[in-house]
Amino acid sequence: MSSRVFKVWRGDKSGGRFVDYQVQAEEGMVVLDAIHQIQRTQAPDLACRWNCKAAKCGSCGAEVNGKPRLMCKTRLDALPPGEVVSVRPMRSFPLIRDLVTDVSWNFQVNQKIPPFTPRPDATWIMQQEDVDRVQEFRKCIECFLCQNVCHVVREHDLKQHFFGPRFFVRIASLQMHPMDGLDRMALLKDQAGLGLCNVTKCCTEVCPEEIHITDNAIIPMKERVVDRYYDPLAWLWRKIRNAR
Amino acid sequence: MTDTSSKYEMHEHDVIVIGAGGAGLRAAIECSAQGAKTALICKSLLGKAHTVMAEGGIAAALAHLDEQDNWQTHFQDTLFGGKYLNNWRMAQLHAQEAPERVRELERWGAVFDRTPEGKIMQRAFGGHTWRRLAHVGDRTGLELIRTLQDKGVHQGIDVFMECTITRLLKDGPRVCGAFGYWRQTGRFVVFQAKAVVLATGGIGKCFKITSNSWESTGDGHALAYQAGAQLVDMEFMQFHPTGMVWPPGVMGLLVTEAVRGEGGILRNNQGQRFMEKYDPKRMELSTRDVVARAIYTEVKEGRGSPHGGCFLDISHRGAETIKRKLPSMYHQFKELADVDITKEPMEVGPTAHYTMGGIKVDADTGASGVPGLYAAGECTGGVNGANRLGGNSLSDLIVFGQRAGAGAAAYASQAAAPRLDQEQVEAAAREMTSYFGRPNAEDPYRLHLDLQNTMQNLVGIFREEKDLTTALARLEEFKQRAAKVGVVEGQRIYNPGWHLCRDLSNMLICAEAITRAARWRKESRGAHSRLDFPQYDDYFGEHNLVVQNDGGVMKVEPCPVVKVPELIPLVEQRKAREKK
Repeated sequence: MSSRVFKVWRGDKSGGRFVDYQVQAEEGMVVLDAIHQIQRTQAPDLACRWNCKAAKCGSCGAEVNGKPRLMCKTRLDALPPGEVVSVRPMRSFPLIRDLVTDVSWNFQVNQKIPPFTPRPDATWIMQQEDVDRVQEFRKCIECFLCQNVCHVVREHDLKQHFFGPRFFVRIASLQMHPMDGLDRMALLKDQAGLGLCNVTKCCTEVCPEEIHITDNAIIPMKERVVDRYYDPLAWLWRKIRNAR
Repeated sequence: MTDTSSKYEMHEHDVIVIGAGGAGLRAAIECSAQGAKTALICKSLLGKAHTVMAEGGIAAALAHLDEQDNWQTHFQDTLFGGKYLNNWRMAQLHAQEAPERVRELERWGAVFDRTPEGKIMQRAFGGHTWRRLAHVGDRTGLELIRTLQDKGVHQGIDVFMECTITRLLKDGPRVCGAFGYWRQTGRFVVFQAKAVVLATGGIGKCFKITSNSWESTGDGHALAYQAGAQLVDMEFMQFHPTGMVWPPGVMGLLVTEAVRGEGGILRNNQGQRFMEKYDPKRMELSTRDVVARAIYTEVKEGRGSPHGGCFLDISHRGAETIKRKLPSMYHQFKELADVDITKEPMEVGPTAHYTMGGIKVDADTGASGVPGLYAAGECTGGVNGANRLGGNSLSDLIVFGQRAGAGAAAYASQAAAPRLDQEQVEAAAREMTSYFGRPNAEDPYRLHLDLQNTMQNLVGIFREEKDLTTALARLEEFKQRAAKVGVVEGQRIYNPGWHLCRDLSNMLICAEAITRAARWRKESRGAHSRLDFPQYDDYFGEHNLVVQNDGGVMKVEPCPVVKVPELIPLVEQRKAREKK
């Protein structure tokens, strides 16, 4: 067992600082183990969110050495050896305390998305290849790391005008569901602010579930919005059709 | 009426549901659909409950792949798995209603894996006669919880996240609400309600090696016990045969039974497929109690793997199939243990996973013995008897979540408005503040570890009288120490040390219930194995053990198994078939 130094951000809304802790590193240890060890032996009040410790619940997102990660999935031996490990809370959400942030905005956004609404003629017979894409989106564990890194949220703080990558994935999972009968294109264009995304793919890079957020959800949704609202031929066709 | 003069935040509902895993969500949806003003209260963020860790699938006799399957066979399998200690009526309702509940999930947007005909896919699992588990790769629990979450939040349920309930409030014999604290602020909150549904899940955190998260501290078990309800089958703790054993940080982490369902083979360090010795008929797909004991025995007799488990190999199924059917297992081993399961075997060993024991409820309505108090899911006992079959948990959640929700809503629609007793509220508040400013306070983390070690070592897979007696003596010591636990840092905002102080008293009640019931049951059956009583006993085979608070003393009493006369032929038929 070797010893490693952790710099953990401690504080609340009124301010805070990094505090150094010595951690006894075991083989195969992850950052969340280290945080638990610190709680157990040095700082019983160190606030951190976690649940499954298996990368299935998405609770323990934080910025480890500046990179947004799930702490339960980040092994110490994958970090530069001998260096201090820094752990700080996700930057894009208001701080509650230590490593815990207020992610309630995400739950408010979800409320605004009309839920799954089956087509009247839904047969419930679906082929695997027709649901593969939707299943990819439904792997999302709502860790909100994608929301945290998205520059529209992080740098520009446009939370009021923008749903963020997590919820573009959510909307895509509904739009591409073979049995869903609702149209969410106007929502995507206006309220969800899909146009604010300029496909830098930061979200895709941090997704612990390896969902191809940009390529498989955002870009196809952008194409559908463009086809609907900005394609002159389609616009003309709808005019003619409606005139009849 | 809401008492505006109260110094605590107050909320008033017809029904409050405590716990937002599959059972709590399904109960809340049902309550709300029946017109009850419903609150859903959970310790974590919504959608993070331990249900997400259920991987393999939902058992339901849809008969999509095996046409012969039907509810009767599912019922028989469940009783055989539970060694006939199950509440027959619960097992019947469970088997009959699971298919409809699964189809309902699909209508609410769940996307299950498909058969070639485009129907819901089903997979084989331990103890199930036919391929029965509807699934989504190895993340079925996540699919279930996300589907119910999205259904629930658009239905007008009031959700209270990161809010821990520490006490049920009573108005005479009936329940009239609950007291709790907000984790994010440390402030207290009072819920007034005509009915309460407990759906708080398991108690795995009583044990050292467990697949359970921090939340599984037996809150519902303890709240119900303290409110006067009975607990049943507490001696039956399921040790899942396959948890990770290496590296140390992930010890106990679940390795889904779907690995064996998809053809995984268990071997010891001599390369022997050892299940041939323990259950040649079902092999790796024997019931969990049998497989867990087999692995434990192999390790104990020196045939274990390097890190104290055995080998589980799925590599023969080929990389493509493994990555498609077991994607999160592939990632879990690759990232946490440097093992590529498409090429090499995993190392696995038993892990405390699920409690068959819980609040004794009426099968049809989820009503406990306390008026106004309902329960569903893992925090109840009955449907699983002495051992749960894989896949029967997710189905239990949605079948009995729905029933408890309907039961509570019906009760609330008839019930008079309850009166809150301010003294009970104050007592609950005093308890929570008492952890601050204690001189020479006991460290809650240390005490928790001691409790976990005691339960792991003395009340684990194999038990005997002297160990159980020692464990009870230690639990008495722990209770003394728990009365002195305290918070070093004075912070009430999101303070896990403070939270643990309170959680410990719930775990101690559960640990004592397990240990007392385990000492009472002088036989071996299902998940309960006594070295000093290795055989079945006819008397115990007809009785469940009920634990109850008797004036501050924990009392254990036998109680005849709940049977359904018209199902006797089905049960006898199955028993006869097993004898062959």
